[in-house]
Amino acid sequence: MYRYIIRRLIFAIPILLISSVLVFAVVRSTFDPLGGAAINPRVSKADIIRVKHELGLDKSPVQQYWTWLTKFLRGNWGSSLLSDRPVYPDIQSALVNTIVLGGIATAFSLLVGVGIGVYSALRQYSWFDHFSTSVAFLGLSMPNFWFALLLQIFFGVYLTKWLHLTSPIFYTAGLSQPGSSGFNLIDRARHLVLPMLVLSVQIIAVYSRYMRASMLEVLHSDYLRTARAKGLKESRVIVRHAMRNALIPLTTQVAIDVGAIAGGLIITEAIFEYPGMGRYFVDALFRGDYQQILPWMMVAVFFVIIFNLAADILYAVLDPRIRYA
Amino acid sequence: MRDQDQIERVAAATQPLPVETDVSAPEVPAAIHERVLSTRQLAWRRFKRHKLAIGSLSILILLGLLTLFIPLISQYNFSQLNLFRRLLGPGSAHWLGTDNLGRDEFTRVMYGGRISLLVGLSVAISAGVIGGIVGGIAGYYGGWLDNALMRVTDLFLAIPFLVVLLIGARFLDKFLPGSSLVHTILILSLFFWMPDARIVRGVFLSLKEKEFVEAARASGAKDSRIIFYHMLPNAMGPIIVNATLGVAAAILTESALSFLGFGVQPPTPTWGNLLNDARGFIKVAPGLTWFPGLAILLAVLCVNFLGDGLRDALDPHQKLGSKE
Repeated sequence: MYRYIIRRLIFAIPILLISSVLVFAVVRSTFDPLGGAAINPRVSKADIIRVKHELGLDKSPVQQYWTWLTKFLRGNWGSSLLSDRPVYPDIQSALVNTIVLGGIATAFSLLVGVGIGVYSALRQYSWFDHFSTSVAFLGLSMPNFWFALLLQIFFGVYLTKWLHLTSPIFYTAGLSQPGSSGFNLIDRARHLVLPMLVLSVQIIAVYSRYMRASMLEVLHSDYLRTARAKGLKESRVIVRHAMRNALIPLTTQVAIDVGAIAGGLIITEAIFEYPGMGRYFVDALFRGDYQQILPWMMVAVFFVIIFNLAADILYAVLDPRIRYA
Repeated sequence: MRDQDQIERVAAATQPLPVETDVSAPEVPAAIHERVLSTRQLAWRRFKRHKLAIGSLSILILLGLLTLFIPLISQYNFSQLNLFRRLLGPGSAHWLGTDNLGRDEFTRVMYGGRISLLVGLSVAISAGVIGGIVGGIAGYYGGWLDNALMRVTDLFLAIPFLVVLLIGARFLDKFLPGSSLVHTILILSLFFWMPDARIVRGVFLSLKEKEFVEAARASGAKDSRIIFYHMLPNAMGPIIVNATLGVAAAILTESALSFLGFGVQPPTPTWGNLLNDARGFIKVAPGLTWFPGLAILLAVLCVNFLGDGLRDALDPHQKLGSKE
């Protein structure tokens, strides 16, 4: 078991290196940092050559990659092309914000999704099962940015008007009230609810379907009949014997999904102006600031690879039937 | 219901596989012969029973016709301005009202639907072709080729999808001349083929061991003939089902890309960029937010229901979570 884990961990290093080459190649060939300057008549040729030299862009691509990688690994992530702000602290705080939002949304969706899935499986073809299936279809077909807009209208405009409030119950933008200082849990929560709801709709739909399917599979298995035949209480049969096994496939799915959070909340964060990784990326993309995009991509890719690895290992640990040769 | 299924299954079992029809026509007693249905007829019969799928198909056809013939239906053009009639509510002159430049919203939603549906269909088809080729090669030849192709597939599945789409859109804009519409279709197809590849590979792996493939090989058929004449027709069910669900995913993704401003560019309307335009007028003209969104929801929901029905009809073993 330990050998399997160690081998997988060692194997992750070349994968990370290959992805760093790919990320560097794609980002550097897509974004031309001096493209705007080159067509600006007020910028002289000499200036362009000087700046190119300062940024190290006149060296060969391989040299550029190597300098960038060694600096990156040593924690020198560079600074923004336009504002000259160092990238590292900004990405760090964006990452924390995104993990908070994504973590809460995942936990909430898991709770609701597993509950719905298990209940529909236990009452297969009941009205609740049919209802939850229809709602899941609706959730999967709903463009989440549109749902976000509707929530903003409802909470930001109508509900506030109807209830004669001075400020909305749940805020529709940002992380905390502008001008407020320090950390205020209630204020933060009022900002988090709507983006969390938007993220949860699709995740709940997927997880509840997933859970229902794997629960149905387990419910028809022989060892469950054995457990009942032993005279165990039904609640114990369901929770200890059925649910625990049915949760295995979902666990790996959740691990993979969590890995995608770092680079995956782009739309929701853009709409709710939530200062996380997604919004950082979209802003950088609009400006074409490759100095910001490169480390951002590396962080996102790192999370995906690590959590995919975690999913594999988790699966092997949880399910002894898997051979880890 | 159960008996009906039983009869059909017996009928299906007695029916030789389509690829074998000319090889051997077993003598069947006349009484059974009357009930024997072709695979296609059986599928159609199962599909017809799925009321939601039939309804969805009709709605989709209606929507498709509307978007296709919108120049004949509407007296307005999608880019025709009228600054005296801005941000009107729904009414008899403008069925869904007008936007901030006085353009007729109904016409724009329908034109947008034309683009969105076109993107959805073309992405699903081209992704199906790419995935079919990759999965087919991997499943048929196996060995190191299979391993290599599947690792590439995993790689594509692992990278943060929207990020690559956004950067890819920039990449194409820089290196490839052409409209943003073509770019959006290209870039989406490049990132939609992986599920198809996995499914086709799985089907091919199991088909490879079947007797009729062995028979074809024994009679000297070339690889290409075995793949295209013998195996592919048998893999069509799952491919079609998956392509249908791909249309839904492609429509959703295109609208998200265009909504963020990186997909199809205005003045060409799509459901996504119509919603982006509507953002500034949420309070004054909520209809601008409602209608394109409802259009997406309706189209995607119908496509998903259609896919579900097709799965029941073409690929009955794949039904998720229905244990008998």
